[in-house]
Amino acid sequence: MSAKIDLENVSCDFGSFRAVDNANVSIEPGEFFSFLGPSGCGKTTILRMISGFIDPTEGAIKIGGKDMRGQRPNQRPTALIFQNLALFPLMPVWENISFGLEVRGVDKATRRKKAEELLELVDLKGAADKMVSQLSGGQKQRVAIARALAVEPSVMLLDEPLSALDLKLRQHMRAELRAIQKRTGVTFIYITHDQGEALAMSDRIGVMSQGRIQQIANPRDIYNAPINGFVAGFVGENNIFEGKSGAVAAGMAGFDTAYGTLRARINDDAKGSALRLYVRPEHTLLSAAKAEENSIPVTVSEVSFEGAFISILCHSDDGKLIVAELRNDGSATVPDIGTKLHASFDAARAALLPDANVRG
Amino acid sequence: MNDLIRRYGVTITALMCLLVAFWLVMLVVVPNITLFEQSFRPYLPVVDVGGPKDFYSLRNYAKVFDGSIERSFFGIPYMIPVHVMTFGLTIWYSIVVTVACFALAYPLAFFMAKIANPKSLPTLLLLLFIPLWVSEVLRAFAWWIILAFKGPLNALLLAIGAIDEPVRWIVGYDGVVIGLTYAYVLFMLFPIYNAISSLDTNQIEAADDLGAPWWKIHLRVVLPYAKPGIASGCVMVFMLSAGSLLVPSILGSTTSQWFTQTIDQWFKDALDWNTASAYAFILLLLCTVFVSIALKVFNVKLSDIAK
Ligand SMILES: Nc1ncnc2c1ncn2[C@@H]1O[C@H](COP(=O)(O)OP(=O)(O)OP(=O)(O)O)[C@@H](O)[C@H]1O
Ligand SMILES: [Mg+2]
Repeated sequence: MSAKIDLENVSCDFGSFRAVDNANVSIEPGEFFSFLGPSGCGKTTILRMISGFIDPTEGAIKIGGKDMRGQRPNQRPTALIFQNLALFPLMPVWENISFGLEVRGVDKATRRKKAEELLELVDLKGAADKMVSQLSGGQKQRVAIARALAVEPSVMLLDEPLSALDLKLRQHMRAELRAIQKRTGVTFIYITHDQGEALAMSDRIGVMSQGRIQQIANPRDIYNAPINGFVAGFVGENNIFEGKSGAVAAGMAGFDTAYGTLRARINDDAKGSALRLYVRPEHTLLSAAKAEENSIPVTVSEVSFEGAFISILCHSDDGKLIVAELRNDGSATVPDIGTKLHASFDAARAALLPDANVRG
Repeated sequence: MNDLIRRYGVTITALMCLLVAFWLVMLVVVPNITLFEQSFRPYLPVVDVGGPKDFYSLRNYAKVFDGSIERSFFGIPYMIPVHVMTFGLTIWYSIVVTVACFALAYPLAFFMAKIANPKSLPTLLLLLFIPLWVSEVLRAFAWWIILAFKGPLNALLLAIGAIDEPVRWIVGYDGVVIGLTYAYVLFMLFPIYNAISSLDTNQIEAADDLGAPWWKIHLRVVLPYAKPGIASGCVMVFMLSAGSLLVPSILGSTTSQWFTQTIDQWFKDALDWNTASAYAFILLLLCTVFVSIALKVFNVKLSDIAK
């Protein structure tokens, strides 16, 4: 069972402070949708509005086509997994999991059976009679998921559930969560400020900044075709150039900078506004010879070995930092420090983008 | 200790320790031991003190069983010693006071800890504390006036039409229960408030989100969590009520007798300090036993309460 969720012009004010501003999203049944954004951008507020702990100041939230205004959290088909999990410390694991069934008047034997089933689903067999305090972080995580699944929600809401875990466990739980979502077919709305997490797990991502949804797209498009500078900067690294855009032809534009005229992609609706040129370090190439276009003479100033790739920090003649990344697959030769090279990039890999969409 | 010496120097530390020791020994230990010792000796004219008649016995303690009166329980008559009955009623009405305090304090504590705006909390606390600035005697008398047959409470209830004729409030133990509840409700409020305010609000919301109705949230999440606070509040209110003399003396009716009043009569009317001491220790001992049993029954550990 899963349901469609629509946010229609949803805003939320705390006093005079607008925490969420005019959010419009349509989340499909069975989708894994992430809200990604920095701390304080309003992610938790959106989730609390969907689960019913706060009502939107303006706009409507619909679950399965039904307007949820005035519906209490215990009347909505949602289950929320809290940022700090909020397991009940005085109940054993199985009672935690079956709490939602207990309040629905299910008898004890059935509850116990259901709890065991869910524990198996989240790969925690045999933990039924433990106390919550006896579990590790990752196990608590799974109990929280099982507890939410027990009430058979149409929508699962997860508020940075992995943020308290260490890196290895986090990566493991990512895969686990994704698998559980596939198995149950429930709509997942996932909140995170970790771009890697969002990119790896989601069907679609909504990137937020200062209460506004900046872009909604699948992970690939978020990374490869960010709509503005904020999205480009939040989901990855960039070399950024200041300048003035010139003539536009076939989605490409010239861009006058201190390093001559560079060429890059441009969106139709971005014309006219103040733009900057963004190009990813992995799309920035280094060569001894000058490239045909978008070529900037640089000096290598530092080589940093990152494992899977090697990051080469260069400076242009006027001191601007330009970063290039080489894959550590043995194919590339790593330049020595002080080598004079040319940094260049394919115009199709670079984009002219406006800054973030914020309140004026 | 070393910390104290380092911070305040040897002289001041020694002085502090001596003062605390003096307070403990002279004002707590010595008087109790004196009373305990004399509770086993008979009450004698001065000339006989230290004489052959002055020996240790349990006779003072046995006096609670003197002088039986007839009572009936659902129509079945039985004989019960007066003082034992007084004791039983004291315990019973102390329980009533404790339950009443809990019923009043729990919703208020929950409101203060989880619902009230934190900004208005200082005002709320001030309002609760202001009555404490007035002496206990005056407060008890104030209730006596409020509850009087021709007092303001009856006048008010008559005026709004809640009752047709004035009610006699100070009858039996009613006045005492009302007075004690009022006097000690804050001793229930604050431990519960402390316990609930340390409860993670997300747990309440999680229960709500899982579909629990409000009473279920309290029963399964809030109450179990607040149990140590509730227990320490109950112990305090119960002990203070059972040991109160002032409120029962002022708000008691002709038919109410508190065990402390009996002790008081041995002290002041009979001038028999020995029996009075014995009675006082009976009260202390049996209340302690009662509380210990109650804690056991409700499965609360003493170490939980101390937190
Ligand atoms: N109850 C509240 N009253 C007033 N302001 C609030 C309240 N809740 C949140 N805010 C404000 O709204 C903004 C968004 O908060 P929110 O909790 O949604 O952020 P978030 O994106 O979840 O951040 P984080 O990643 O740190 O959890 C913040 O600036 C916060 O200060
Ligand atoms: Mg948050």
